[in-house]
Amino acid sequence: MDRMNASEDRLRQLLLQGLEGDAPAYHAFLMELSTHLRAFFRKRLNRLPDDVEDLVQEALLAIHNQRHTYAADQPLTAWIHAIAKYKLIDLLRRRASRDRLTDPIDDVMDILAYSDSEASEARRDVGKLLDQLPDRQRLPIVHTKLEGLSVSEAAQVTGMSESAIKVGVHRGMKALAKLIRGQT
Amino acid sequence: MKTAELVNLLATGEPAVQRHVAGRRYALAIGLGMVAAALLMKGLLGLRHDLGAALLLPMFWIKVGYVAGLVLASLLAVLRLSRPGSRLDWVTSALAAPILAMWALAALVLSDAGPGQRAELLLGQTWAVCPLLITLLSVPVFAGVTWAMRGLAPTRLRLAGAAAGLLSGSVGALVYCLHCPEMAAPFIGSWYLLGMLIPSVIGAVLGHRLLRW
Repeated sequence: MDRMNASEDRLRQLLLQGLEGDAPAYHAFLMELSTHLRAFFRKRLNRLPDDVEDLVQEALLAIHNQRHTYAADQPLTAWIHAIAKYKLIDLLRRRASRDRLTDPIDDVMDILAYSDSEASEARRDVGKLLDQLPDRQRLPIVHTKLEGLSVSEAAQVTGMSESAIKVGVHRGMKALAKLIRGQT
Repeated sequence: MKTAELVNLLATGEPAVQRHVAGRRYALAIGLGMVAAALLMKGLLGLRHDLGAALLLPMFWIKVGYVAGLVLASLLAVLRLSRPGSRLDWVTSALAAPILAMWALAALVLSDAGPGQRAELLLGQTWAVCPLLITLLSVPVFAGVTWAMRGLAPTRLRLAGAAAGLLSGSVGALVYCLHCPEMAAPFIGSWYLLGMLIPSVIGAVLGHRLLRW
């Protein structure tokens, strides 16, 4: 229990710093979060082991895109658990196999209690999905997120305005999440 | 792409997130939706001709208070249901309170009235159109609130859709108060409520389709 509270406190601190724009803290948050998500999904997708890593990635992207819905006065565990559960049920519904869910899913504290850092290969390649985005979304993501350029540098390279770069990244990440949902 | 690479992608080049996104989205949705509903009401139905006199009657304000109470309670429900892991808790009671209060008043009014007046108190002149007109006036806010919610993260989609429908229904009913001549508590406790529940049921049914993310 104490270990889990410590885990909650540390992760929450990292997320709050990340929401302020602290990239290393946000990176650390997502890395640790991915191990908890992996353990949570692996335990509950016994019969769909190949889907685990895809679902980890889908949930990470969903959490990233909706991170503004986290309120600082709210337990992080409950917030993460609700999203992970939602994404798990959504996947099972797409697979039309709700009956495969054998492990209990409603224990909120479960989500930070286990971690699993052994990533298997994802079947779906997010990089390839990125290539499907229109240039006005793909280029801002490639330049600012893969090549690490600043917004103004990316604007110079592409000839787009700085606000178009920001909007492109934002909409592109949403579009990417939508492609991921549509694919599986 | 490996998960570690995806994490790099997500964590790179992100500025601080905007604060109070939910509040701003819902303020915009309800504000614009209410203006559109008011224009719709004025154009299609018109203000009640004795509005000036009605503003002086306590029952007019009891009616407005009942509807406004439901607007507030359903807004709280919508805000909570837009955020993963947050519970409705006492908001359920806040939703029930205006309804129970109006039903208590209606029971009082009906028990005071003679047997011959009761049907009139319950049905008024407009029972057949009232729920449908409220539903009609709820459409602009429904569209706005659905848009606002899609930018957030509802995880219980049926319930979230129902709350969004109730919010738009109650805002529609608030606008309808400026047109509707009915002032009897039994009428308001039944037909207004039905008018607000129709969009709510529609929201619950469409929740999965409209709100999935």
